[in-house]
Amino acid sequence: MTDAVMEPKVKTTPKIVEPTLFDLSSPGRTGVTMPASDVPATALPPDDLLRSDLPLPELAEVDVVRHYIHLSKFNYSVDSGFYPLGSCTMKYNPKINEDTCRLPGFLHTHPLQPIETVQGNLVLMFTLQEWLKEIAGFAAVTLQPAAGAHGEFTGVLMMRAYHKSRGDTKRMKMLIPDAAHGTNPASVGMMGMSVVTIPSDERGNVDLKALEAACDHTVVGMMLTNPNTLGLFDENIEKVTELVHGCGGLMYGDGANLNALLGIVRPGDLGFDVMHFNLHKTFSVPHGGGGPGVGPVGVAAHLADFLPEPLVGIVEDGDEGTAPLYGFVKPTKSIGRMKAFHGHFGGGFVRSFTYIAMHGPDGLKDISQYAVLNANYLQARLRDTYKVPYDRICMHEFVAEGRFKGSNVRALDISKRLMDYNFHPPTNYFPLIVHEALMIEPTETENKDTLDAFAEAMIKIAEESKSQPELLHNAPSTTQFGRMDEVKAARELVLCCWLPDNYGSE
Amino acid sequence: MTYIPTSPTERDAMLEIIGVKSLDDLFEDVPARHRFPMLNLPPALTEMEAMNELSGLAQANENVRNDLISFLGAGMYNHYIPSVVDHILRRGEFYTAYTPYQPEISQGTLQAIFEYQSLMATLTGMDVSNASHYDGATATAEAVNLAYAQFRGKRKKVVVSPTVNPQYRAVIRTYVQGMDLELVADNANADLDSQPDELTGLLDDNTSLLIVQYPDFFGRVYDYTKLIEAAHAKGALVCVVANPTALAMFKTPGSMGADIVVGDGQPLGIPMWYGGPSVGFFTTRKNFVHKMAGRLVGETVDNRGQRAYVLTLTAREQHIKRERATSNICTNQGLIALGTAVYLSLLGKKGLRQVAELCYQKAHYAAAQLSQIDGIGLCFTDPFFHEFALCVNRPVSEVNAHLLEHGILGGYDLGQDYPALKDHMLIAVTEMNSKEDIDMFVEVLSEVSHD
Repeated sequence: MTDAVMEPKVKTTPKIVEPTLFDLSSPGRTGVTMPASDVPATALPPDDLLRSDLPLPELAEVDVVRHYIHLSKFNYSVDSGFYPLGSCTMKYNPKINEDTCRLPGFLHTHPLQPIETVQGNLVLMFTLQEWLKEIAGFAAVTLQPAAGAHGEFTGVLMMRAYHKSRGDTKRMKMLIPDAAHGTNPASVGMMGMSVVTIPSDERGNVDLKALEAACDHTVVGMMLTNPNTLGLFDENIEKVTELVHGCGGLMYGDGANLNALLGIVRPGDLGFDVMHFNLHKTFSVPHGGGGPGVGPVGVAAHLADFLPEPLVGIVEDGDEGTAPLYGFVKPTKSIGRMKAFHGHFGGGFVRSFTYIAMHGPDGLKDISQYAVLNANYLQARLRDTYKVPYDRICMHEFVAEGRFKGSNVRALDISKRLMDYNFHPPTNYFPLIVHEALMIEPTETENKDTLDAFAEAMIKIAEESKSQPELLHNAPSTTQFGRMDEVKAARELVLCCWLPDNYGSE
Repeated sequence: MTYIPTSPTERDAMLEIIGVKSLDDLFEDVPARHRFPMLNLPPALTEMEAMNELSGLAQANENVRNDLISFLGAGMYNHYIPSVVDHILRRGEFYTAYTPYQPEISQGTLQAIFEYQSLMATLTGMDVSNASHYDGATATAEAVNLAYAQFRGKRKKVVVSPTVNPQYRAVIRTYVQGMDLELVADNANADLDSQPDELTGLLDDNTSLLIVQYPDFFGRVYDYTKLIEAAHAKGALVCVVANPTALAMFKTPGSMGADIVVGDGQPLGIPMWYGGPSVGFFTTRKNFVHKMAGRLVGETVDNRGQRAYVLTLTAREQHIKRERATSNICTNQGLIALGTAVYLSLLGKKGLRQVAELCYQKAHYAAAQLSQIDGIGLCFTDPFFHEFALCVNRPVSEVNAHLLEHGILGGYDLGQDYPALKDHMLIAVTEMNSKEDIDMFVEVLSEVSHD
């Protein structure tokens, strides 16, 4: 394998490890056959409305299954190993959730069915709204947003609508710490608002002086991740919310790091006015290789009227003999609809409902305590080898520097070398305020043996960076694929498979 | 301790290395008066109890496979899902992986997305597809963002046909709240009998985008070629919201000259799941690729000379461009997109066309039978695919309540969105509806109309 790594990348015809669906296609093969029509035939519309060719691949069922099983083997996943990807909360996804979300009563209900026929779904959604309110300390919750960034957009729309409803139209400035996720400023950019970046202080907290200077009557609010992306709980959080509220702004909480806070503290109690949850991080909805996520948003009472429509509510009270009737309600000053239908019900709400039901209040607190324990344990084992620039008790993750004095080894090299030890790398180069950042989030579902093995691999890699740096520069070498030519991808921009010669746009 | 694998002994050893006495000591940065709230939640259930509870909730629903015969569509459709689709989606290697930021150990996801992009571009007749959006509605709203960026915010008008799905139009209205844009023709009281070409009069030099649906919300199929030419003559872009099943038999929006083709991929092997998650597809022409939101997978080689795939043109995205990004999208619908790709590869060239024709045949049979009932008639005469508007001459809620008593899930009440279509329902027929189902529907409906 090592020889292969050293080879220059000048081969003209790349070796195909797994052909594409289009490569595998053979005319005349069929996968699934549909039944013949059982109704009298109607003539098709005129030819000029029809397409003459449909150049999709032609494959047998076994071809398709083998193809995807081959592909699946190229993936690293939580089911196969440790995935300490900071800020992503790659915890184990319980298998029971995969079964509950596929119960036929959930799987095959149409979103526009009369509410009387879907009371099971509506009870589940109503209960989940209530649970999320209780867990994070909010007055109301919408389940509609599809992902974290979508939840942020929802939150920012509500903040804008709140100020507007009070005739307060000068507020166009959003305060965002330098450590924030890129989605925060991007959500603000979609609203045509401006971003004011607030620096962090030497302990990794929001710099209070800078914040105070930025707080004025043009501030919409502040978007804060707490614990922040350094994995640190802001030691002055109450002062921060006081300053922002003091100038009439609202506090937005990015709930990406909520896995540190279950049963520990409720963001609503700390003064946050709006927050999105990432059910795909905190509440075990699997990440699916990039989604779907689920991004409910909780709000304090003064923002409840602005929530997107519809919410699930009780539309007819029950009494001793009958259950209440659940249905949809529209908040009075709603910002409108964020997506079609009601949100990521099956793949999202059902899994998270199952997960919360199986934890209860004590189990939720365990999650956060052990997530924080694991992160602090790894930090303690690694701080003598890797510089931790903001070194104090962390929450569910911490950030180390992936560089060494007098060495040209970078965080990227360390990450790639970790693959040779069969670990998924941490998040690289984020947050932007740490040089060569390695952001490590072990989650609560890893045992001490795994954490020890990871720490030992990291320490060994640090030694290799001195003794055999080429091992790191050329890593990974034991994986099926090596480092990629990203420049070629961007320059040649091949974004589709080979298509048949006669392919046209008919 | 449901899924926590740490023993008390291990915990204590870890605490000692950290240098604190207890787990609670790790949280001293949290303001003491708010620390460790008692959460008012029900006590934890075991797996067996949870399964019972969830089964009870699921059974409290009436579903369209075991309990009801469905003629409801309006944006989400009951189609057959081949077994293989879920077997692949249940592979932990796919569903428990993250976004493929480390391509060396994510080639499964990357190649699958690349193939999804190829399949969607093929289906729509376009050059490129991104890796997905949340759903058809948000994909349509992102088309508005693309057009807005294309003209640097200088063209301030978007013409939205009133026959675009009302929920999609609602989402567009939400998305543009912070933009200096005017939505034109997005009007529930519009003349719904008018032909699409009549939108031409609304297009001008200030129009950035025209949005039409194909088939439209009422199931009608129009050739938009002339309308698109008219939009292009004014320099505007055109987005077509398409039903992917229909694209197996009807000419592609790409061949009509569309600049952007979006839609919801749910009909392609994804369960309705009470509304989601589904997947929004977004395809466009190569010259707009730099303005397109969302992730994009491109082909390359690795340093061993093997063909491989990476996320490319990432400089467009939020984690690099921050507030200047065209969209804030990060997490998308990866796994659902994979499901549609598996479905398309299983059905392939012949199978998908067969599904589309079954829908077409059965919908036309149903329309012909239903329109023979006294007092009931088809609302429009234009060619349609698998949905059609039916005038039932009495409140739709009344008709649907009667149908429900017979185990039939009736059509969508169009009066909710279009005052002129009071007493009209939108009926969807797919390959899942047998002739027997349709005949029963016709029989029950004729009872209602003779009451």
